[in-house]
Amino acid sequence: MSEAVPHAEPPQATNRLLAAIKRAGTSVLPFVVVILLWQFASLFFPRFLFPSLIDVFWRCIEIFSSGAMFADVLATVLRILAGLAGAFIVGGLLALAMVRSRAVDNFLSPILSLFQGIPALSWVVFAIIWFHGVEFRIFFIMVMTTLPSFTFQVLGALRAMSKDLMEMVFSFRPTRMKLFRVMIAPAILPDILTAWKVNLGNASRVVVVAELVGATGGVGYQLLQQQQLFDMAGALAWTLQLVFFVLIVQGVLTLIENTAFRYRAVSERAI
Amino acid sequence: MRDSVTPIEAAIHLGHVSKVFGKPGSEAAYRAVDNLDLDVRPGQMLALLGKTGCGKSTIFNMIAGLTEPTSGTVRVSGRDPFGDFDSFRGKMAIVFQGDRLLPWRTALQNVELGLEMLDVPATDRQATAQLWLTKLGLGGHEHDYPHALSGGMRQRVSIARAFATNANILLCDEPFSALDESTAGRLRAEFVRLVKENGKTAVFITHSISEALEIGDRIVVLKRPAKIAYDVSFDSDTGKEERELIRSRIGEVLAA
Repeated sequence: MSEAVPHAEPPQATNRLLAAIKRAGTSVLPFVVVILLWQFASLFFPRFLFPSLIDVFWRCIEIFSSGAMFADVLATVLRILAGLAGAFIVGGLLALAMVRSRAVDNFLSPILSLFQGIPALSWVVFAIIWFHGVEFRIFFIMVMTTLPSFTFQVLGALRAMSKDLMEMVFSFRPTRMKLFRVMIAPAILPDILTAWKVNLGNASRVVVVAELVGATGGVGYQLLQQQQLFDMAGALAWTLQLVFFVLIVQGVLTLIENTAFRYRAVSERAI
Repeated sequence: MRDSVTPIEAAIHLGHVSKVFGKPGSEAAYRAVDNLDLDVRPGQMLALLGKTGCGKSTIFNMIAGLTEPTSGTVRVSGRDPFGDFDSFRGKMAIVFQGDRLLPWRTALQNVELGLEMLDVPATDRQATAQLWLTKLGLGGHEHDYPHALSGGMRQRVSIARAFATNANILLCDEPFSALDESTAGRLRAEFVRLVKENGKTAVFITHSISEALEIGDRIVVLKRPAKIAYDVSFDSDTGKEERELIRSRIGEVLAA
């Protein structure tokens, strides 16, 4: 007669490892499916339509290892970051002015809404007509396309600040700088990070359009070259450079969120 | 039993103060305070009592310098708390109805807030904040964020924050109203002890007669729109019978 052996609970570390593998698997699965479908299509279609992803991989390595090509990636990255920083600073100042004065708000809101309706390509045309310098044209396009979004998001964050907490901080008679440091900045930081995440995606799309016209370097310029050569592997490899950049910056922003917002209570029940 | 003190002596002086919300004279105008005269002597604990909507919080905000009176004069230690707003830095502390803790700061950092405004060096303000948290029974919770504390603990942090600046004037707007009676009772007793020990002048807003009797050495009952309907001072020698008389008189005034 055999004795029943009680079912042993797997150790907690193993459970955590399995859960982590499951989570990673779930997030990686969609990419694996797309990669497999593309690779499968590459077996049946000409190279200029569906190149093998192995070719694309080697093209990516080439871009990373070639100083001149990587300089093009860096140029685009710097253009995106400069444009976003410019729009954020101008948008933040406009939002502050709008929250302080109803007249300024009434004056600027319709103008910013109007800007929001202007397509990125129109700004490209305007920039070419108005300005000569390529870098300034790109900077102008980046700022104008992301400015309304930054302004409205910072404005919304400033308006959503708790009146009770503001009154409490005011009761200690802070200087303007201290009010900004202890109350305003931490209160609006979550919305600022969200604004950066949203605008980062927009900016990475707009910068390519801006670089297509006039630039002599950058990812957009390189994409134009690949289009003229009918080189799909090259077009994909250059596109992936922007995707990698966006993923890296999103990762950095998420890291900042996880550190800066550790004070937040986490409910055990998800939405 | 009316308290009489000249404005020069008063820690807090309100002379013919009115506050109208909305455009004065228009139909939408609402008179929250009407020609109020009130003086609070240094070291006094005044309980302002009245029903909801009688203008207590408006008076509170005017004394705190957060609202400007429509007419009349408000003086705290001889100065205008609204006009000379910055000159009251570190001289006036407020305990609000809710705890109003900054959620992104730990208990210790919340208590340090007022000291930061006074440019107290980091080590000194940490030591002071730690001392007040310990006094209020929150030793060991210094590095907890507000969401990790109970309602009573959060309110104790907000009391510690008010006391940490060592301000001479304390304003309290129903600070224990959101707590259960047992916690509120404990905190109330602790609060009175701290105010007496530290020789503060305090204005305590409440709508509870028992709380006013327990906390104040003077009670002012307000009727809408914030006019004094009853003003009584008493001390520790006031007997139980006399206190009961005061309680029933306040009840009559409030019911009238």
